Amino acid sequence: MIRLEPRTEPSRAMIALTPILAVLATMIAGGILFSVLGKNPFEAIRMIFWDPVLGEHAFYYRGQILVKAAPLIMIALGLSFGFRAGIWNIGAEGQFIMGAVIGAAAGLALYPSQSIFVYPIMLIAGTLGGMLWALIPAYLKIKFNANEILVSLMLVYVAFNFLAGMVTGPLRDPDGFNFPESRSFQQWDAASNPELIAGSGIHWGVLMTLGLVIVAYIVLTRHIFGFHIRLAGQSPRAAKFGGVNPNKMIAICLGLSGALAGMAGLYEVTGPAGKLTTTFPLGYGFTAIIVAFLGRLHPIGILLAGLLLAVTYVGGDVIQANLSLPKASIQVFQGMLLFFLLAVDVLVHFRLRFKRGI
Amino acid sequence: MDFSSISIVSLLATLMVAATPILLAAIGELVTEKSGVLNLGVEGMMIFGAICGFIAAVETGSPLIGFIAAAAGAAALSLLFAILTQYLLANQVASGLALTLFGLGLAALLGHKYTGIKPPSSPKLDLPILSDLPVIGPILFNHDYMIYFSILLVAVVWYFLKFTRKGLVLRAVGENHDAAHALGYKVIRIRVLAIMFGGACAGMGGAYLSLIRVPQWTEGMTAGAGWIALAIVVFASWKPWRIILGAYLFGGVTILQLNLQAVGVDIPVSYLSMAPYLVTIIVLVIMSADRKRASLNAPASLGRIFHASN
Repeated sequence: MIRLEPRTEPSRAMIALTPILAVLATMIAGGILFSVLGKNPFEAIRMIFWDPVLGEHAFYYRGQILVKAAPLIMIALGLSFGFRAGIWNIGAEGQFIMGAVIGAAAGLALYPSQSIFVYPIMLIAGTLGGMLWALIPAYLKIKFNANEILVSLMLVYVAFNFLAGMVTGPLRDPDGFNFPESRSFQQWDAASNPELIAGSGIHWGVLMTLGLVIVAYIVLTRHIFGFHIRLAGQSPRAAKFGGVNPNKMIAICLGLSGALAGMAGLYEVTGPAGKLTTTFPLGYGFTAIIVAFLGRLHPIGILLAGLLLAVTYVGGDVIQANLSLPKASIQVFQGMLLFFLLAVDVLVHFRLRFKRGI
Repeated sequence: MDFSSISIVSLLATLMVAATPILLAAIGELVTEKSGVLNLGVEGMMIFGAICGFIAAVETGSPLIGFIAAAAGAAALSLLFAILTQYLLANQVASGLALTLFGLGLAALLGHKYTGIKPPSSPKLDLPILSDLPVIGPILFNHDYMIYFSILLVAVVWYFLKFTRKGLVLRAVGENHDAAHALGYKVIRIRVLAIMFGGACAGMGGAYLSLIRVPQWTEGMTAGAGWIALAIVVFASWKPWRIILGAYLFGGVTILQLNLQAVGVDIPVSYLSMAPYLVTIIVLVIMSADRKRASLNAPASLGRIFHASN
């Protein structure tokens, strides 16, 4: 008989150890899944985790890792603040889309200007777009007590449809062939977010992400706002007595996460994606939730978790190409990772006690 | 534009078809939430049920077996959530999200080979005289059996929660798990069963989409229906009969916007498609605005973790 005994305080060792345990458990369970699908599990796991980084064709994949890690980390950083305070923005995908659409629209209004102000304007518009989109659930939560989880999620579907409406309507490429897509930003120097070093995958968004990791680390550990966030998460009552205004907290957390998601969307549409299409969103907004948890809601953890999840994304492409497995198998893999993480989390707050009988 | 081509009779008849998947998922989630558990994984369980039901129906040729498989499959999936939240004391919001992400992925993986196949068709109710009645016939007496089953299920849940001893215990667990535990009720066992019931219902709702409403398998076909079901539980103030009202209201909005698309209203399709989601938000806002009433209706232990400290 195993019994759970509460720890007096969370185990620091376990906080660091459990994500690694979760990854190992996912590898084992994933291996079983692949063998059920009739594939060699060792080969599949190697292709997901090893080949993109150090394999034979890694030079081709390595750039893709940073391209995919940057938006994941950027979005997860924003989400982590809210998650710590118990404010659940799970509509980051929608804010990502809105940031891309509004930023792109602001840029396209200036087409074909080659002014150096085009990109900063787009970046600000995209960030504000994502922020405003996230402030809708914040407003409805503060004013009407509406559940931010459901509202932010509903807005993802609204944003999807808005994107579709834009690329088939006002933002459709006037010189295109009526395809539902915008002008290409890659071919318009003032509005493009190019790869800075060929083959590295580094673009402006990657550099911005690194900067944001540092800023987030400082805010969380050294700034009064970070303290309030941690306080609100651990003891809402104490936070109230400590002068933390819960409504302000909701607005800041949602606005911040929306702004970062919007910014990520803008970097994506002007860089790796290149233009707005209906298939432009890749689900980063949802995967970022896994990144935030796997990274223990801590900026450095999120950096590592984002890189790991990006590897699995690229690894997913590898197994898709080499083992003819559907793209969804990597989604299962990522879902499993979150499951195992939540499962082993019990070790942080509880001790396992083995006892005979009852 | 020709609005006269929208027939009220067929509108009402299709409204029920559009509402049933959400009705099924919502009534299951209502029972789960009444026991004090907030399972945000409805979307994942629904889509998993959709593919389980689809595969079973295609392989056996029987829609009935399809629905049974959907209920069993989604209930099994919900067991993962139950283990995480009830035995490993994980955060319910995060676990629900994990269930959705995992379910969406697993369904896409299983459904990989099943796109573009037509499922066996489900029989429709055909009563000698009633089904042939004008107006009332097509609206009330000419549907597939699942529509009647879903309404019956609501009635059963209502009766169970209101008039049976077991229903009372389930509600007690949801209102105050410590008191219920002190009285000797098995809080965790009851919650696990409630979670699995919610899973089974969501699974059937998903199967209704893939076997009757669409009927086909496409990746991500639930398109937020599970989340709307969660909103409908709030809309219904955790009262079974109001689930029907909420689901049919939602079905009405969906069908109306589809009909407006069909007659070619001068609004682009993409904007019309936003309607169900926007209506859901509006409904949520209206129902939550009165804080006092909202908190009276919600089960008091909703979302809280129970750990017996014996």
